[in-house]
Amino acid sequence: MKARAFSYFRASTVEEALDAHAQGGDDARYIAGGQSLVPALALRLQAPRRLVDINHIDELRGVRREGEWLRIGALTRHCEMLTEPLIAEFAPLLRAAAPFVAHPAIRNRGTLGGSVALADPASEFPAVVLALEAEIEVAGPAGRRRVRAEDFFVDLFETALAPGELLVAVHVPLFNPGQRIAFDELARRRGDYALVGCGISATCADDLITDIRIAFFSVGNVPTRARRAESEIAGSRLSPDVIAAAQAALGEDLAPDDGDDVPAAMRLHLARVLLGRLLGQIGGAT
Amino acid sequence: MSSIMSDLDEADATVRVRFVVNGRKTACDVAPRDTLVDCLRTQLELTGTHAGCEMGACGACLVQLDGRAVHACLMFAVQADGARIDTIEGLSESGVIADLQAEFHRRNALQCGFCTPGMLINAHELLSNVARPSREAIRDALSGNFCRCTGYEAIVDAIAAVAEARAAKAAQGAEGASS
Ligand SMILES: Cc1cc2nc3c(=O)[nH]c(=O)nc-3n(C[C@H](O)[C@H](O)[C@H](O)COP(=O)(O)OP(=O)(O)OC[C@H]3O[C@@H](n4cnc5c(N)ncnc54)[C@H](O)[C@@H]3O)c2cc1C
Ligand code: FES
Ligand code: FES
Repeated sequence: MKARAFSYFRASTVEEALDAHAQGGDDARYIAGGQSLVPALALRLQAPRRLVDINHIDELRGVRREGEWLRIGALTRHCEMLTEPLIAEFAPLLRAAAPFVAHPAIRNRGTLGGSVALADPASEFPAVVLALEAEIEVAGPAGRRRVRAEDFFVDLFETALAPGELLVAVHVPLFNPGQRIAFDELARRRGDYALVGCGISATCADDLITDIRIAFFSVGNVPTRARRAESEIAGSRLSPDVIAAAQAALGEDLAPDDGDDVPAAMRLHLARVLLGRLLGQIGGAT
Repeated sequence: MSSIMSDLDEADATVRVRFVVNGRKTACDVAPRDTLVDCLRTQLELTGTHAGCEMGACGACLVQLDGRAVHACLMFAVQADGARIDTIEGLSESGVIADLQAEFHRRNALQCGFCTPGMLINAHELLSNVARPSREAIRDALSGNFCRCTGYEAIVDAIAAVAEARAAKAAQGAEGASS
């Protein structure tokens, strides 16, 4: 199928984009990489009357240090997560997740801002952003604000973005050498969306875990922190007993739905398997 | 705001887009909703870029946009205004993938050929980034390209063989230069 007819505007500044979107009203959409939006238009799942192209807005581009934060522009492409040295040094969990996102040609176009704004519950980056306790910079008619990742993912494909608001950048606290990360997912085929996936960021003092953040995806409507599991681990060494207790605690953290082909119990089981493997990596990294 | 309205491309209007396709400056009149793959195939008659699923799943429509492989079905032609596009026709004429094409032919890595342009564009990008990819890395690079005929094995063989041959040639060249 083909997209319904729409008008097109190429914005060169954030202000222009906000204006053009506001004039289009409810029927306007921003287009970034288009790797989720264009299939939705082709299938007529969505039929906006106006597209506002944000690909030529310089302010949305680039990765740079700002004090204790790494500012990652909304237009940073998935492929740049694999090649940008600042990401490797200061946000390695994003780099670890990137190879799992779609296929190479889709990674050449898809953007971090698009992935986070879309908030697909099966997407890797929203969970990473949650595990990193990142902040999301948003521009709207009323000005700029920063939203904590924790408050950003509201429900299925629903975020704290108000209609017409533009995601400008993701701000990530700088990775430091005392931290360890791990990321993995279970999928039926390479490049497919995951049956269950998980990203972990932990702070260690020798082999004591002082702080740990565990974020799962593909387990519900939004990426989910496993807070009970985290509290089983924080302040301990990653012994087999501690890992088993954390795996058991996932029963309270996660409440996956029964899917068409994946029963809830299977998803929870897979989440426990995955958590065990990833904690093994975190513990083994001494 | 008035300047925005004058720059807006109306839904039913055709818009002139200018890009460099296979090294030649080209202009086309398109509606905003026309995809790049449709523009290439119907207006420019570059039918080597195939349209399969038109939703990013099959990889038949890959082209190079400013030097990187992208799906021409996941972009509107208006978005490509000012860009450099190289299609399978351009890559074939320039000779940069001649060895890949010959090896695909030799190993029966194509049957109906529907997937082949996309396979070649992706293989070309992979070998430009990684000199000697493992078989697993080759499969990974092709994970978004469907082939309904070959069963993939011959395609992976062909790409691996070209990588070896290019590496051997590069090593010979280096030896020749140092002696
Ligand atoms: C075959 C295939 C497989 C895929 N597999 C995966 C996968 O395994 N994992 C995964 O995570 N993704 C996957 N994707 C999706 C891909 O990662 C997309 O790139 C991503 O979800 C959206 O980014 P985008 O820049 O393409 O956004 P677009 O498609 O341009 O936009 C998506 C939505 O976000 C809005 N939007 C975009 N940018 C902004 C912004 N800056 N501010 C406000 N709103 C914005 C748009 O209006 C739209 O509603 C796959 C896609 C395809 C076609
Ligand atoms: S036609 Fe573009 S991916 Fe199938
Ligand atoms: S050769 Fe027929 S689809 Fe690949």
